[in-house]
Amino acid sequence: MSDDKTIMCRCEDLTVEDIREWIAKGYKTFEEIKRVSRIGMGPCQGRTCRQHLLRELAKATGKTLAEVELATFRPPTKPVSLETLAGGEVDD
Amino acid sequence: MLKTDVLVIGAGPAGLKAALSAAGQGAEVILVERDPFLGGQLVKQTHMFFGSKEQYASERGINIGKILARDVDENEKIRILKDTTALGYYEDKRVAIESQGKFETVDNKALIVTTGAQENTLVFPNCDLPGIYGAGAVQTLMNVHGVVPGNKVAMVGAGNIGVIVSYQLLQAGIDVVAIIEALPKIGAYLVHASKVRRMGVPILTSHTVIEAQGTERLERVVIAKIDDKWQPVPGTEQTLEVDVLCVSVGLTPLTELLFMAGCRMAHIGELGGHVALRDKNMETSVSNIFVAGDVSGIEEASAAMVEGQVAGLTAARNLGYGLEDYEEKVTAAQRELDNLRRGPVGGKIRAGLEKLYKEGEVAV
Repeated sequence: MSDDKTIMCRCEDLTVEDIREWIAKGYKTFEEIKRVSRIGMGPCQGRTCRQHLLRELAKATGKTLAEVELATFRPPTKPVSLETLAGGEVDD
Repeated sequence: MLKTDVLVIGAGPAGLKAALSAAGQGAEVILVERDPFLGGQLVKQTHMFFGSKEQYASERGINIGKILARDVDENEKIRILKDTTALGYYEDKRVAIESQGKFETVDNKALIVTTGAQENTLVFPNCDLPGIYGAGAVQTLMNVHGVVPGNKVAMVGAGNIGVIVSYQLLQAGIDVVAIIEALPKIGAYLVHASKVRRMGVPILTSHTVIEAQGTERLERVVIAKIDDKWQPVPGTEQTLEVDVLCVSVGLTPLTELLFMAGCRMAHIGELGGHVALRDKNMETSVSNIFVAGDVSGIEEASAAMVEGQVAGLTAARNLGYGLEDYEEKVTAAQRELDNLRRGPVGGKIRAGLEKLYKEGEVAV
C-alpha cells in the first residue's frame, strides 16, 4: 500500500508523505509541524486531521498517544470574517 | 456583552438537560446552539432508546429531542441563542460567540460545555473521494434532509452507530453490501447487529479498508483481512463495487473551549481521546466550568442527559441556587448514571472513568 498521495489534512491539502517528510527532517512536535506545514489550520481547525497527526507522531517518536503534546488551542474555533471581528460587539 | 448566571454551550441531550436543571433550581441560563434547531444529534435518531425510564426509554431519540426542546422553549429562565457558535474562551472568563456575522461576548458565573463530539475519519489512499462519508453525516442526510447518499453502501465499523445507520440505510431501500470491522468482534448491541444480519448484511470482522478507487467519485473499495497485529493478510483482498463508503470508527470529544480555558486534560482512549479531568459532579479543574455528554467522554445520549442534569444542578448550587434539594436531586442522578453504566455494556466507560479519576488524583 502506498501512502504517497493519501490525504491527511483535507483543508490544507497535505498528504501522509508530506507529513512524514517533515518528521524525517526533524520536526517532531505537533506545534512545529503545524507551523511549517499549516496542518490543522484550515476551515476545520484540525478537527479531522488532529488524530491522524497524533498517531504519526506517536509512531515516529515511540510515545503513546497520551504522551504526544498537542499544539496550543486558540480562538476562534471556526473561520470568522474580518468584517465580523472589526464590527465589534453587537451592543457596544 | 450578554450576562448570565449559567452559560451552556451546545443544545444536544446534555446541554438541554443542563439548561433545564440549572434553570429549575432558579439560575438564569443562556443556551448557545450552533445549529438553527435544538436537540443536537437527537434530531436524526429515529431508533428507540433503551436507557432508563427517567431518560425516556422506549421513546425514539427524535421525540426525546422534541420534548426537551419544548421544555427549554417554555422555560422563562432560559434564553436560547440558535445559529450561534462559541468562538473562544478568554482570560476574563467571557465566551465569545458569533451569530450570522455578528460578534458578541457572554459574561457568565458558570460555564457548562456540552459541545459533543466529532466523527473520526480514516486515512487510506483516495480517502478524499466524493462518496466517502462519516456515518453520522449519512444519518443527517437521510433522517434530517431526506436525501439518500447513493445506491450501494459499504459500512466501516460495527459499533452501534455503524450498525444502526446500516439498518436505517436498508429501511431507506439502499443496498448495504457489507459491514467491515477491524476488531475481531462486533461492538454494537446484539439486538441491533442481529437485525442487520437477519436482513442479509454480512459483518466482516478483522477486516479493514485497503484503498478506495474511482475517478470522479467512489466506484470501488478494496478491503482485506487483518492479522492480530493489524496488518493486512496478503491474498485476502476483496473488491466491493459501491458508490458510498460510510465510515463509523468512533468519535472524538470537541474540547477546544476546555483547552482554551486551561482545564487540566488527559488522553483516555476509552473515553475517545482528550477529555477534561472532572469530579463526579462534572466540574472540571477550573472552578465553575463543567462538562457533560460526549465532550466529557464518549458514551450515549441517556447518560449524556443525566450528566447534563448533574452539571446543571451543581452549577446552580455553586451560585447559591436550589440549596435545599440539591443533595437529594444530585444523589438520585448519580444513582441513575451508575445504573446506566452497569453490566458488560458499561465496561468501557467504567474503565475510562476509573482512569480519569485516577489522573485527577495525580493532577491535584
